[in-house]
Amino acid sequence: MRRTTYREITGQYVGFYGLMAGLGVLILLSLAAAWHMEHQGHHVTGMTNQIVWGMPHVLAIFLIVAASGALNVASLGTVFGRTWYKPLGRLSGLLALALLVGGLAVLVLDLGRADRILVAMTTYNFKSIFAWNIYLYTGFMAVVVVYLWVQMERRMNRFAPAAGLVAMIWRLVLTTGTGSIFGFLIARQAYDAAVLAPLFIAMSLSLGLASFNLTLAAICRGTGLELGDGLVSRLGRLMGVLAAVVLYFTAVQHLTNLYAAEHAGVERFILLEGGVFTALFWVGQVLLGGLVPIALVFTLPAGRALGRVVLASILVFLGGIAQIYVIVIGGQAYPLVLFPGKEVQSSFFDGVVMSYVPSWPEITLGVGGFAMAAAIVMVGLRSLRFLPESLADAALDPHHRAAPTVAEEKAPA
Amino acid sequence: MCRRLVLALLLLLAPAAAAAQDGDAGRVPLPTIVKGKGEACVADTDYMRRNHMTELDHQRDETMHRGVRTRKFSLKECVACHATPAATGGYASINAPGQFCRSCHDYAAVTIDCFQCHAARPGEADTKRAGAFSRTAGELRQESEVQ
Amino acid sequence: MTGRTPQQGFDPRRRRFLSAAAAAAGVTLAPGVTFYGVTAAGSAAARAPEDPVTSSVRWGLLVDVNKCREGCNACVTACVEENGLRGNGRPETDAQWIRKVELRDPSTGAKRSLPLMCQHCASPPCVDVCPTGASFKRADGIVLVDKHICIGCRYCMLACPYKARSFIHEVVEDQKPYAPRGKGTVESCTFCVHRVDEGRTPACVEACAEAGGDAMTFGDLNDPDSRISKQVAAYVTDQIRPDLGLDPGVRYRNL
Repeated sequence: MRRTTYREITGQYVGFYGLMAGLGVLILLSLAAAWHMEHQGHHVTGMTNQIVWGMPHVLAIFLIVAASGALNVASLGTVFGRTWYKPLGRLSGLLALALLVGGLAVLVLDLGRADRILVAMTTYNFKSIFAWNIYLYTGFMAVVVVYLWVQMERRMNRFAPAAGLVAMIWRLVLTTGTGSIFGFLIARQAYDAAVLAPLFIAMSLSLGLASFNLTLAAICRGTGLELGDGLVSRLGRLMGVLAAVVLYFTAVQHLTNLYAAEHAGVERFILLEGGVFTALFWVGQVLLGGLVPIALVFTLPAGRALGRVVLASILVFLGGIAQIYVIVIGGQAYPLVLFPGKEVQSSFFDGVVMSYVPSWPEITLGVGGFAMAAAIVMVGLRSLRFLPESLADAALDPHHRAAPTVAEEKAPA
Repeated sequence: MCRRLVLALLLLLAPAAAAAQDGDAGRVPLPTIVKGKGEACVADTDYMRRNHMTELDHQRDETMHRGVRTRKFSLKECVACHATPAATGGYASINAPGQFCRSCHDYAAVTIDCFQCHAARPGEADTKRAGAFSRTAGELRQESEVQ
Repeated sequence: MTGRTPQQGFDPRRRRFLSAAAAAAGVTLAPGVTFYGVTAAGSAAARAPEDPVTSSVRWGLLVDVNKCREGCNACVTACVEENGLRGNGRPETDAQWIRKVELRDPSTGAKRSLPLMCQHCASPPCVDVCPTGASFKRADGIVLVDKHICIGCRYCMLACPYKARSFIHEVVEDQKPYAPRGKGTVESCTFCVHRVDEGRTPACVEACAEAGGDAMTFGDLNDPDSRISKQVAAYVTDQIRPDLGLDPGVRYRNL
């Protein structure tokens, strides 16, 4: 077996520290936004007693879900033994860790009493899926750290498949838990569905790979690391398959609901009459976040895959944010049905479709989570050997020939 | 500039420092303890100074979760007994600088979370019976005899 | 040892007997004056401050919708006053523990007006989902938020089928001593637990009676002799969203 040589990133001082400074500003701004929200109270945000979870939750859930999926590449290498992806296992683990930290930071900083984080860490109600998620998230971090260690310490390499298997099972459970945060809510018409768990798993795989692709492309551009067209095509097509799986579960979710007359109202809202939510669903998620990128990655021109795969990854990424926005905000905007068949009216907005406008502090806080994730990746890349010397196709696969035929491309790697 | 400010502060504190021991000059002034109504607190002062937070913590869980509404270590009773009338009428916030809770907590540099939610002024009904749960001189004597 | 809670020596049956005896005495001595108060508060009137609440009591509320007038807001006003829920003129973020809901049947045009608050479910979803256990149900069925350990995640608000909870979006000052509330935590109707523990009825119930509506009856659903138990036994009453199987402690008659 050939050995891959790994290295830290060196040099490029202006670019590296310039980017780090930019990310630092974003992180500081997000901390300022969180402080503003804590100090003034949440009335300075777009969140209300009707829309109780807003933009911070949308972006935090995106980050957490993507964190789980960012580990796809590592799993493919160590668990499924795909040699193409093996040299990228370390980067995959680092990105998973960084995205999770970013997501959790946003979630915690949005709490009404973020100062009571110790209470959240020490007082548990084990009937709450939310409490379980706290364990799933911190446990995931521990598992990924161990996974990275067995990958990076040569003497421990033989444990990599075992660690990889644990990490993969863990992240499937983790995303099941995240989906169940909504799946277990009997109260809301838009939630209360078991299909949300597999839907979230599919989303994690797709959004995580999109995030990985974008990160990899940015690193290669920034450091001049050679990136083979064969690898890029594989990553792109895999993301296309996963994006199709997301569309499949989305279809199942809505078809199941449409079949039950009880849910006709909320489905009509999301699919037809929901204004911004309907637009985000059809145009944002389904068309731009699903069909277009799938079409893009399955018609890759040989030898020039990178541009299209990056474009497709950006679309999947944004489509994912649109999807989570529709699930989280759209699901709350539709009124609770307390008196089926009756028209209701009250001072507390009963029976009213709520509008939600994300405020700047919320958006800034959420963006800060992404900046934090990016900064963690950059610090990691500079301090430890996460990156292989080369990602040229010839370096990844000894059997690789410069221009693979279409038939070979279709065959599994 | 900074030094001048410190000097000015020291001058302001001079009378207090003079009253205290020489070695205390320049230190944080001792807290002013507002005496509560009644003759003695629900437990010895030494005990209350060291353990009031534990007792309040215990009482809060008892009251909140089990509906136990004894008054001995109830925060409401602390406020009712130790709050002082304000010059403008009503009562001063017990959490205001110089008042019973804040004065000591400022000295010990410990923040108080209680009054982010709890009322820092006694309610009307509470002031009427304030001091009712403090011990009388007779009770104090009895206790010291037992010891 | 049967029937006794050893550490407290508390015997619910004896208490019930004593309170029934007290009620009987009250009825005999001053009919009409003490009758309402004693039966409404039920056996807890006899609970000593040092005794913990027990599951021998289950507090409940019955709303007779026929007696609830459209446009009457007495219960809401009383709740705001009692619990110090002064708003900031921002209806979307101000707390509402109780609200009047106007219903209209679109097929017949029939109208209904009723108060809606925390339904104090026997199986409350808010308690199930709370990560820290801040959302809890007292032994006597009152669902509360322990604001000492609430971290303000608002998951309970997503989980509540009745939209009964409010998040405190702004700094609160001048709270009522018996109703602590502060920014960054979630809250909802407490059944005026401070009054109930003293043997009184919730402020909304009292206000409704004073306003001449008398649409609300509060009492112990476990006590077959309480006014509420007799009414729910005699008349058909509804719970809101009974399909969810949460068994709310608030019931509605003539809905």
